[in-house]
Amino acid sequence: MGIVEAILLTVITAATPLVLAALGELVTERAGVLNLGVEGMMIMGAVLAFAATQATGSPYVGILAGIAGGALFSLLFGFLTLTLVANQVATGLALTILGLGISGQIGEAYVGMSGTKLPQIAIPLLSDIPYLGSLLFRQDLIFYMSIALVAGTSWFLFKSRAGLKIRAIGDNHASAHALGIGVIRIRYLAVMFGGACAGLAGAQLSLVYTPQWVENMSAGRGWIALALVVFASWRPWRLLAGGYLFGAVSISQLHAQALGLGIPSQFLSALPYAATVVVLVLISHNRRTTLINTPASLGKPFVPDR
Amino acid sequence: MKKLLLALATSAAMLGFAASAGAQDKTKICFIYVGSKTDGGWTQAHDIGRQALQDHFGDKIETPFLESVPEGPDAERAIERMARSGCALVFTTSFGFMDPTIKVAEKFPDVKFEHATGFKSAPNVATYNSRFYEGRYIQGQIAAKMSEKGVAGYIASFPIPEVVMGINAFVHGAQSVNPDFKVKVIWANTWFDPGKEADAAKALIDQGVDILTQHTDTTAPMQVAAERGIKAFGQASDMIKAGPETQLTAIVDTWGAYYIKRTQQLLDGTWKSEQVWDGLKDGILTMAPYTNMPDDVKKLAEDTEAKIRSGELHPFTGPIKKQDGSDWLADGEKPEDKVLLGMNFYIAGVDDKLPQ
Repeated sequence: MGIVEAILLTVITAATPLVLAALGELVTERAGVLNLGVEGMMIMGAVLAFAATQATGSPYVGILAGIAGGALFSLLFGFLTLTLVANQVATGLALTILGLGISGQIGEAYVGMSGTKLPQIAIPLLSDIPYLGSLLFRQDLIFYMSIALVAGTSWFLFKSRAGLKIRAIGDNHASAHALGIGVIRIRYLAVMFGGACAGLAGAQLSLVYTPQWVENMSAGRGWIALALVVFASWRPWRLLAGGYLFGAVSISQLHAQALGLGIPSQFLSALPYAATVVVLVLISHNRRTTLINTPASLGKPFVPDR
Repeated sequence: MKKLLLALATSAAMLGFAASAGAQDKTKICFIYVGSKTDGGWTQAHDIGRQALQDHFGDKIETPFLESVPEGPDAERAIERMARSGCALVFTTSFGFMDPTIKVAEKFPDVKFEHATGFKSAPNVATYNSRFYEGRYIQGQIAAKMSEKGVAGYIASFPIPEVVMGINAFVHGAQSVNPDFKVKVIWANTWFDPGKEADAAKALIDQGVDILTQHTDTTAPMQVAAERGIKAFGQASDMIKAGPETQLTAIVDTWGAYYIKRTQQLLDGTWKSEQVWDGLKDGILTMAPYTNMPDDVKKLAEDTEAKIRSGELHPFTGPIKKQDGSDWLADGEKPEDKVLLGMNFYIAGVDDKLPQ
């Protein structure tokens, strides 16, 4: 295995949870809801995936538990902000704090246990392609899901009728409501999709990235995912590019250090953030397209008139 | 409902803050942790020490703690809260709590503070530290014996004296066995991030190191080493569970005895501000069993450990030059503790550029 291939494999592992969590948030925000609880939903997914895997011996059950856990946890956010019209920013922050606390409690029994790593699935024929094969087609299920979800979400948001409704709600919930679209119902679904994706991202952390449970193991990745959504101007493929760029620069800076190039490590550590921001800002520098892509009702409460 | 949730969330955030509604006659010995008490490394070692303290004094004391307190401005608030809540003695267990501890101590002259691994003290602030470098020197010797490629990987956290000293000791130990031994260093710029630590481990292994050592807090690097089939050293706690066939040994911090000694002095009224720096001989650190190595390497490690314990060997004994080629220690000379505690330079033989 060549060094480039080794680096790329590490990049894929590092980028996948960011892409997944950000993708879920992208859909949530497209529907006009700002959920700052990504970190909390992610860590809940991580602990539940690990616990379910330990209980059943199957990491696939773990994946399901992660998805379900994230979705259910986001439902709490949905209920508070959509039904009770609580402030979204405060509730999202509370969700993160709550998730970190609860996951620590649930996970206490699992600390120090060695986990089960999600097995790799080689796709027949494709996995025999030189270089690309072992890189892209000999991966674990969650990686395949992440790519499929990006493609699916992009199609869904911009090519399907349901996607159009979501975007309409995000842009102007009053008008959408007037047209007879069920704003609250669709927002619930969007929030739950966000939770499910964050939960899946968490499952990737405790089943693939570092197959173990450590309290706080998401270590701020939920916040990076949130930032990615904005810098990708709410476009799924840009988000994929941003996630992988962030991962690539993060891993390359580690290699640059190990090679002893003599570049200050603090600078290198900041590089992934700086590079991703610069590139995504350049991609979406056109003010008009940015305005078109920004959900105009983002974060605003909606109370249907009766 | 929202208020209820917020209340829930706040209480979740304070789960670590053990119930403090006990009887007033109990003396409160408090702890501030940088990570989670179950991190499997640094903080867990402190928490084991805290439990030993609680068991030793039983009903006479209580030992509330705050975990996952970030270094920086938040730390000051956390420490102040502890001081305000009636703690008689507060242990702040991370280097980055140094300035916040000093600041809070000024406001609470009647509360005693002990700061781990720092170099600033006050009449009511003592410092305590462990001579980790003694263990690192032994690890260096083992690494040089065990490595086939003659290159080890070192996952470092922040360029502070304690960490720099560790790298120097490791390299010096290794080169006492194999003068050509090399170490590749990655600065993770974090104490606690399993994913990033694992990425650093992978990067080092991909670049050809066949021994891994870490100065970060989780077992993720050990796990990667196990997966890739190379050997590694544990840090702060015995990490053998994360790599039963991987761990060579670990520096295990055993703070309990120190916590008991200082609490006893507090209860007796004889506590005073000191700068304690204990080593292998005092039992503040121990080496985890020497495993996964041939008998001759084990023998070398045990001999070195015995010599350090008896005082026959100081890991930093001259002649040693600095990385820039200037003289540091003359033949047979040993460094002053003050110099070690402020170590901000590499010694000759370290193949890395120290971040400033």
